[in-house]
Amino acid sequence: MDLGSTFFYKYRRFIKTLKIYLLLAGPGLIVMLADNDAGGITTYTVTGAKYGYGLIWFLLLLLPVAYVVQEMTVRLGAVTKRGHAEAIFDAFGSFWGWFSFIDLAFVNWLTLITEFIGMTAALAIFHVPPVVTVVIVSIVMMLMVLQGKYWTWEKIAILFAALNVIYIPAAFLVHPSVVDVLTIGLVPHFPGGFNGTLFFFLMANIGTTIAPWMIFFQQSAVVDKGMKEKDIPWGQVDTLIGSAFTVLVAIFLVVVTGTVLYGVEVESAAQAATIMMTTSPYLGTFIAIGLFNAGFLGAICISLASSWAFGEVFGWAHSLNLKVREAPWFYACYLFALVTAGAVVLIPNAPLVLITLFVQVIAVTLLPAALVFLILLLNNEEIMGKYKNTTLQNIAGTAIVAAIIILSTLYGITTLFPEWLM
Amino acid sequence: MNAKTLFGERVGRVLSGWADTIRAINKKYEKPRITMSPAVKIALMFLRIYLILLVVLLGYKFWTMIQ
Repeated sequence: MDLGSTFFYKYRRFIKTLKIYLLLAGPGLIVMLADNDAGGITTYTVTGAKYGYGLIWFLLLLLPVAYVVQEMTVRLGAVTKRGHAEAIFDAFGSFWGWFSFIDLAFVNWLTLITEFIGMTAALAIFHVPPVVTVVIVSIVMMLMVLQGKYWTWEKIAILFAALNVIYIPAAFLVHPSVVDVLTIGLVPHFPGGFNGTLFFFLMANIGTTIAPWMIFFQQSAVVDKGMKEKDIPWGQVDTLIGSAFTVLVAIFLVVVTGTVLYGVEVESAAQAATIMMTTSPYLGTFIAIGLFNAGFLGAICISLASSWAFGEVFGWAHSLNLKVREAPWFYACYLFALVTAGAVVLIPNAPLVLITLFVQVIAVTLLPAALVFLILLLNNEEIMGKYKNTTLQNIAGTAIVAAIIILSTLYGITTLFPEWLM
Repeated sequence: MNAKTLFGERVGRVLSGWADTIRAINKKYEKPRITMSPAVKIALMFLRIYLILLVVLLGYKFWTMIQ
């Protein structure tokens, strides 16, 4: 075979593989990019402003953390054909089932409010009134699910997810010193020494990497997509690519704020965008659009995670492949979550900062349980068959889960009692 | 029958419907499917202690806030 034929053969094979991937890609990519939600974007913005490029090496460590946890949901969903809420009820009984379900519904609703806070703050920079943002976002999100096909919803969601990479061109706009990024960013060290504040930032970055809704969302999405055991390798690739993107986006955002706002006291991404608007309108616009998109992506995943969980537990029809008349309660749940969370943001003098802090505290009551159940389910031969965790997967999974539980718990406690850290 | 009584009856029917649904769910998932091996028992015990600790901390925070 000559060189031209070999090249053409390999090219065709690559295109075929890419087509299959694009067909099967979805839950992993969406959940990982949605992981960089409004809260995540704020964390990375503040991290960059506070420590410059100093913690980029730590963000790289989050790639295997996110992958190992979310990959387990792919296998569990594809093998059991059940969402995480239903799987907990079935395996651990009604006490743990109700605990996880009620906690999830509450945490998701509070997190949804924080996404709306991010979206309204981002568009307020362009002088869009919050009420207009809430109404338009709710309408668009309803239209996305009402078309009656999971596949269509997924591809629209991937389009929105692609906007999440807006921070990559934004980083090129600020002309960072590549040498500094590589030498300061990639060498593990604790900028300014290891102290309480730095520890809080490390915990915040870990805390934003894995949220309870992500576990429930991806497992339910895998089930709704109809993925089977044979699709697991594709789901794993999808999750790996998603994990790489989520970390890449976080790093580029840290590069942006680490270059432009290093040393500036910043409390939120919206505030950072407003400051940047005064010096570079393009950059400010990029950051604001990114924040809005992050909130939007988070909102579509979180509201769906709740609706799927309600459907699984109460036995209602719960699929994006069903029309409204076929799954009325599923769509009613979705609408109710959207409307009520949006309405809270519009209440004058609502304690939005308190809600944002409260989310972190409540999330740590659910996250350890969800992660422990995940590991236990993945080790059950009766449930998982040959897809149960291998020894290596267990070592990695247990170590990561233990680290997440310890750090996110400490994060929640220090949010509750900041004076204990100082 | 006045409107108030009618409304009360309807609310009662809805609440009793919900209670029936919850009872049915509890019955369906009465017995955990997972084998209660020592590892599972230890993990569940850890979760119980963890949650009790968190509730105590939240209670303490609430108590210090109202003081």
